[in-house]
Amino acid sequence: MTEPLYSLSISRLAPLLSRGEVSPVEVTEQLLDRIRRRNGELNAYLTVDETGARAQARDAEARLRREEATPLTGIPLALKDVLVTQGLRTTCASKILENFVPPYDATVCARLRQAGAVFLGKVNMDEFAMGSSTENSAFGPTLNPWHREHIPGGSSGGSAAAVAADLCIASLGSDTGGSIRQPASHCGVVGLKPTYGRVSRYGLVAYASSLDQIGPLTKEVRDAALLLQAIAGFDAKDSTSVPTPVPDYLEVLGQEIRGLKVGVPREYFGHGLDKEVEAAVQGALKTLASLGAELVEVSLPHTEYAVATYYVVAVAEASSNLARYDGVKYGLRAEGRNLLEMYAHTRTLGFGAEVRRRIMLGTYALSAGYYEAYYQKALQVRTLIRRDFEAAFEQCALLAAPVAPTPAFRLGEKVADPLTMYLSDIFTISANLAGIPGLSVPCGFSSLGLPIGLQLLGPPFGEAVLLQTASAFEQATDFHRRKAPF
Amino acid sequence: MEYEAVIGLEVHAQLLTASKIFCGCATTFGGPPNTQVCPVCLGMPGSLPVLNRKAVEYALKMALATNCQIQAESIFARKNYFYPDLPKGYQISQYEQPLAEHGHLTIRINGAARRIGITRIHLEEDAGKLIHSEARPVSFVDFNRTGVPLIEIVSEPDIRTPDEAVEYLKGLRNILLYLEICDGNMEEGSFRCDANVSLRPSGAAGLGTKTELKNMNSFRFVKMALEYEIKRQRALLADGREIVQETRLWDAAQNQTVSMRGKEEAHDYRYFPDPDLVPVRISAEWVESLTKKLPELPAARWARFQSQFGLPAYDAEVLTSDKALADYFEGCVKEFPQPKQVSNWIMVELLRELKKEEVGIASLPVTPAALGRLLNLVDKGTISGKLAKTVFEEMMATGKDPEAIVKERGLVQISDAEALLPLAQEIINANPKEAADFRAGKTKVMGFFVGQLMKQTKGQANPQMANDIFKRLLG
Repeated sequence: MTEPLYSLSISRLAPLLSRGEVSPVEVTEQLLDRIRRRNGELNAYLTVDETGARAQARDAEARLRREEATPLTGIPLALKDVLVTQGLRTTCASKILENFVPPYDATVCARLRQAGAVFLGKVNMDEFAMGSSTENSAFGPTLNPWHREHIPGGSSGGSAAAVAADLCIASLGSDTGGSIRQPASHCGVVGLKPTYGRVSRYGLVAYASSLDQIGPLTKEVRDAALLLQAIAGFDAKDSTSVPTPVPDYLEVLGQEIRGLKVGVPREYFGHGLDKEVEAAVQGALKTLASLGAELVEVSLPHTEYAVATYYVVAVAEASSNLARYDGVKYGLRAEGRNLLEMYAHTRTLGFGAEVRRRIMLGTYALSAGYYEAYYQKALQVRTLIRRDFEAAFEQCALLAAPVAPTPAFRLGEKVADPLTMYLSDIFTISANLAGIPGLSVPCGFSSLGLPIGLQLLGPPFGEAVLLQTASAFEQATDFHRRKAPF
Repeated sequence: MEYEAVIGLEVHAQLLTASKIFCGCATTFGGPPNTQVCPVCLGMPGSLPVLNRKAVEYALKMALATNCQIQAESIFARKNYFYPDLPKGYQISQYEQPLAEHGHLTIRINGAARRIGITRIHLEEDAGKLIHSEARPVSFVDFNRTGVPLIEIVSEPDIRTPDEAVEYLKGLRNILLYLEICDGNMEEGSFRCDANVSLRPSGAAGLGTKTELKNMNSFRFVKMALEYEIKRQRALLADGREIVQETRLWDAAQNQTVSMRGKEEAHDYRYFPDPDLVPVRISAEWVESLTKKLPELPAARWARFQSQFGLPAYDAEVLTSDKALADYFEGCVKEFPQPKQVSNWIMVELLRELKKEEVGIASLPVTPAALGRLLNLVDKGTISGKLAKTVFEEMMATGKDPEAIVKERGLVQISDAEALLPLAQEIINANPKEAADFRAGKTKVMGFFVGQLMKQTKGQANPQMANDIFKRLLG
């Protein structure tokens, strides 16, 4: 039985395209057809750009014929709706940007266009990337293709679900506190959050500017390397992007990990960690050991402060970043008898409850008289967390840990309790605070059949060692081969 | 009780960079609304600022020219508040770590030097402009100005009188013009000033409650607003009442300051470091190379005009208080190397014409060289000083060369004694009474005789020669 084209990874589809065995138009049409028929079951896409995708597919076809293709030419992708796309509606899953059509492309989108990729459309997320379940979307939640009563994770839930359900070949998401890795883990796909500054944030609608990074969600590790290769590198439009040269991420794939020191952070195991998740991760550690990796226990002593620190830094930045949605220039404008009323009505109607909550928290944290106690203190703790990792990476090349404390929870289970929801990011948040890269790779399933991910964390600009280790792990296991029952 | 005023000034100066501070849009003034905008200065979702190095360079020049210490590392911060002319909902400015600190400017009040401390100079972006419709209850926003680079120059509360305030402002503006980093136009708002004013018992060390004054868009208004505000506060204190800490606007129509907002309504700007920008690091090499490239500044030029040209301090001050005027003077002296005569002519004739015509020196039709040649004609005796004024007026009106005007109108001075002698004799014959008066010792009548001769020669007679002739004939 031949597999349908939509189920392929980039790495398997690219050779077929380059040999001319299949055409980008054919793959794109298959996916558009599948999205048309099946997206309603999951609500992964917010906007499908059939016209744009077809045009890009035809361009890709011509380019392949001219033999000017890249490994991404003709590959249909889904973009998280937080990445601005010229002429294509970008909502951030918010009412306030429901009809916003950006006049420019994010740098990552421009780079992918240049590489010849095809954009199928924009996928769902928690509003302005604030959330861990995609339930905070103004346009309804996305469901987990493995079990539709469960959340897909968030905030890049649309990306993870679309990849897992074969509604795209691969996707780009963004990760501020775990928003790529956690949904990747919950949907059984690969998710990579690069080092802060590795990928340009220009055109990524900001949630928390000092934490946000764009990264790939893919069906296999090699695909993540391919996408990262295309989007990484200095961008003059983003002052926080870094001129450090981009290595060849494909080169390390398939290299053995014998002798590699893998740190196991003590604080990431124990209280609050689901038994099935723990078992899967322990199993993964054994696999790494069997491949010759040397496991060493390390400590990240300030881990317990990470969530609290994050919820000061991130919301403070968010309160300022979201001030621009005021009804004056673009997006929603509600009526008011005067300017102040127009502002208040616009922002009350336009933002969902979680976004309003974080804006209020952040405003409070930055207020005169509280700034030192909250924001300043949080920055100090952030430094301590960064130092924890620096010390750990003196003993090992990378860290291995769970991604999330539990498999995907049930829809609605934590909506009423924001604090419990916030704790679902407990293992992913530290990497954003420290600015280091992190990767989630499938490493098991719960008794309900929900995927579980293994998180690998590396030193700054250590994406290559994460990809190398994840690839070795993937080759030794078959979790990534299992398809969602969709 | 005797009170003294304590005044501190915050000056905003637009920098003359070609592009905006955080994007590539043009900064030119007066373009059609919203034609000099892009996703960055419009605050579009996802856009990011990138610092314009030229803006930093200009700010550093001002910092060096005002004796500030350049900070090796400074930080951009967000100043958060909602207003329709502020597209991001925050202004990118500097707060805790400004670009430069601890500078000073020396001003001269009635010849005495006063040193005014400069607390800090920092960089920030300008906001847009609101245009209120007169026909309908709507407002429009023009974002062309959004993101134009500004420096804010904050003084210490060292200023004691409105006159000092104006001198300090003129001094700052003059330096900005010397550095060619700001056009100094107060009416268009490229050079603006807010003032903090309080009173305290004369000689006291502490500070009284202050008010902040805004909306003073000329030196005259700054002076009037400060005078009004000091008087207002003095009256309140004399009445035993308290000063309310508030922001007040200068109302130029009513000649008074009016309350805009009180302390309770004051914004909490929630400053925090802008995570989209990296710290600004200024290398010692950069500072050194800029220091070397600094042009001659007003204070140095003032000293040089006295030493090199032998001008009195007052002349030197008037001339150097305006870069264009000082340049004009030097251009003139190059053509006609008698500095004091040039200075006299510029300070009297030229400045009067400028005031009358309300034009800047730059748009003057008379070049420095042309004025120099005019003075040369006087010096050589080709025309009289009196005639020169007529010629100058025509030069101002037509832009013609002095030589051409003199030739066209036949204004050449009659310095020929043979030609003047018979005319003088006729005048004496026609006015025997005056001649007798003169001979009787009333030397004042000499003026009458010379005047008559001038009349007959249409002003072309050489006045010195006329004098000599009459003396001889009547002696």
